[in-house]
Amino acid sequence: MSEALLRLVRHGQEQGCRPHQRYLLDRGQWAALVAEIGQADGVALLGLWADPAQVHAALMVEEAILIASCAVPEGRYGALSPVRPGAVLFERMIRDLWGLVAEGGVDQRPWLDHGRWPVLGPLAARPAPNAMPPPQPVFLSVEGEGIHHIPVGPVHAGVIEPGHFRFHVQGEAVVRLEARLGYLHKGHIGLMLGKPARVAARFAARLSGDSTVAHSWAFAQGVEAALGLEPSPRALALRALMAELERLHNHLNDWGALCNDAAFAWLHARAGALREAVLRAASAAFGHRLMMDRVVPGGVTDDLTPAGVAAIGAALDAVEAELPRLDSVYDGHASLADRMVGTGVIASSLVRRFAAGGVVGRASGRAVDARHRPGYAPYPPAEPAVLAAGDVDARARLRMAEMQHSIRLARGLMGSLPPGELALPLPQRGGEGLGLVEGFRGDCLHWVALDDGGLVRAVFPRDPSWLLWPLLEAAIEGNIVADFPLINKSINASYSGVDL
Amino acid sequence: MKEGWRRLLWPRLAQALVSPPLTDAPPVPPEEVVQALVARLEAASQARLGRSLAIRQVDAGSCNGCELEISAMQNVVHDLERFGLRFVASPRHADVLLVTGPLTRNMREALLRTAECTPEPKWVVAAGDCAVDGGVFKGSYAIEGGIDAALPIDLLIPGCPPTPAQLLEGMLALLEAQRTG
Repeated sequence: MSEALLRLVRHGQEQGCRPHQRYLLDRGQWAALVAEIGQADGVALLGLWADPAQVHAALMVEEAILIASCAVPEGRYGALSPVRPGAVLFERMIRDLWGLVAEGGVDQRPWLDHGRWPVLGPLAARPAPNAMPPPQPVFLSVEGEGIHHIPVGPVHAGVIEPGHFRFHVQGEAVVRLEARLGYLHKGHIGLMLGKPARVAARFAARLSGDSTVAHSWAFAQGVEAALGLEPSPRALALRALMAELERLHNHLNDWGALCNDAAFAWLHARAGALREAVLRAASAAFGHRLMMDRVVPGGVTDDLTPAGVAAIGAALDAVEAELPRLDSVYDGHASLADRMVGTGVIASSLVRRFAAGGVVGRASGRAVDARHRPGYAPYPPAEPAVLAAGDVDARARLRMAEMQHSIRLARGLMGSLPPGELALPLPQRGGEGLGLVEGFRGDCLHWVALDDGGLVRAVFPRDPSWLLWPLLEAAIEGNIVADFPLINKSINASYSGVDL
Repeated sequence: MKEGWRRLLWPRLAQALVSPPLTDAPPVPPEEVVQALVARLEAASQARLGRSLAIRQVDAGSCNGCELEISAMQNVVHDLERFGLRFVASPRHADVLLVTGPLTRNMREALLRTAECTPEPKWVVAAGDCAVDGGVFKGSYAIEGGIDAALPIDLLIPGCPPTPAQLLEGMLALLEAQRTG
């Protein structure tokens, strides 16, 4: 199956994307590709985006990653959503941003465009002015006796990002949940276009603040691949150190917040104190608590001083000493197990179909980790740990295991920092590259094309949350409304990351 | 037996009774900020709020970096509740709107409705560089360019993102202005 698909894509014209090739298909080849994807269950759709002239689909076919593109002369292209439901949000986004229509797409409602921008298709070759009043959103319907709606948001009760959730409920059980996002749309892509890579990197760093290191690295990887640039081993090791600290502080946050949502405040308090120690160490070592703008195309901005090594080492010691104790308290309380186990189950077939990565994918048995496949320096290849249960408990346990793994990795990196330049100058030339970096939510994918002057000609930053939001809607089905915060937290998809 | 012991919570709680507190010393708000807030209070002849403040946070387009640091104010190290500050779930219970983000066009109406639901007297605080003037997102078709495009602002807390200590300092300045003003 997948050999036929690979052959089909490789018949297209090579477009020179590195390290994963991009192939331009004609309309017939694109239609054949869509049909082939429908037959091949193992093909993962990593992302779908556009520029004013083409649509692009990033695919993972067994070990290979490649991009298939198709020209859109009349502003239309063949939809992927009939064969891959994960394509729905991307197709809606493409229509809102570039005005391109997915022919045969299963959902044509707007997504990011709430009708409040001064233009229609802001990234299209010629955006049209918009003078219409904003339309009322349309939600998918549910039929049955005693169904009622619970509208929630966009402003939520806690300190979290805005989004609207529409629950259809029968008694206590959720029959359908639909998330309506887009409230945070800031126009990231439009702001990155035409800027030098170093300037555009500031927007990649602010796609989703909690994943600032992972996104900065993925964007830098894309730019460096486009320019044929190899950062020094020291820069790569420092990036990995920052990425592991980022994973650690986010997992601590999520794990603690999960326990808090199950009304176990003490674990949350302890996890919060440990996270604060990690952030302070990051601030002491790299000058910023979240390490924002520290990873740049070409390398990193800051070297690690002996004082920084000591600060990080002390924080890692504190976390490493306490994690097993927290884990045993988690294990020893039936009140926690009662809320976590069997709640918000995501079937492994769904995780595969939506190509979900990160903790969500691995807790449902999908052994994916960008650090392992495709793999990138300085990480040694290592099969990721997986669990099969796919419930809130499995996701909490994996977070705990990954924290311990990150501490080991961070120690190893600090113990053997190789020499090398911090940042290489960027040559002024064109090229096209794809970066793929494992953040704490999963793989962050950045595609970037530079023109001959080294300015960004086209770009798409894809947060892992694109692949996670549809699974939240699946995970809540049949659960009670009161478990929604717990299930939502266990997935913790980014709002800003998909709102772009 | 030993393993079972490790799973119990109460020995750890008992241990916390005899160990030193994890909480940082409180930050001191700058006098000029307090005086500026006092002047604002007098100019508006605003009714005084009490000695504690209920905060409603609204994300109007942030990248979630500000939210991380605002949440960190609640951890045991910063512990904002010791000052009588707390986050509330409804704007109807709030004295302070703590707003982040460059104000996206898609969030404008939601922010205005939240502000309408917040009873007077109230403070509006814009936190983060984006909330001040749009920050790096200035010039985008999708943003209004700062919170003051929709609401009058009483206090700006710049930073990308501001640290929990800076945020706490701002909140304490509000309390201090009420006390001295």
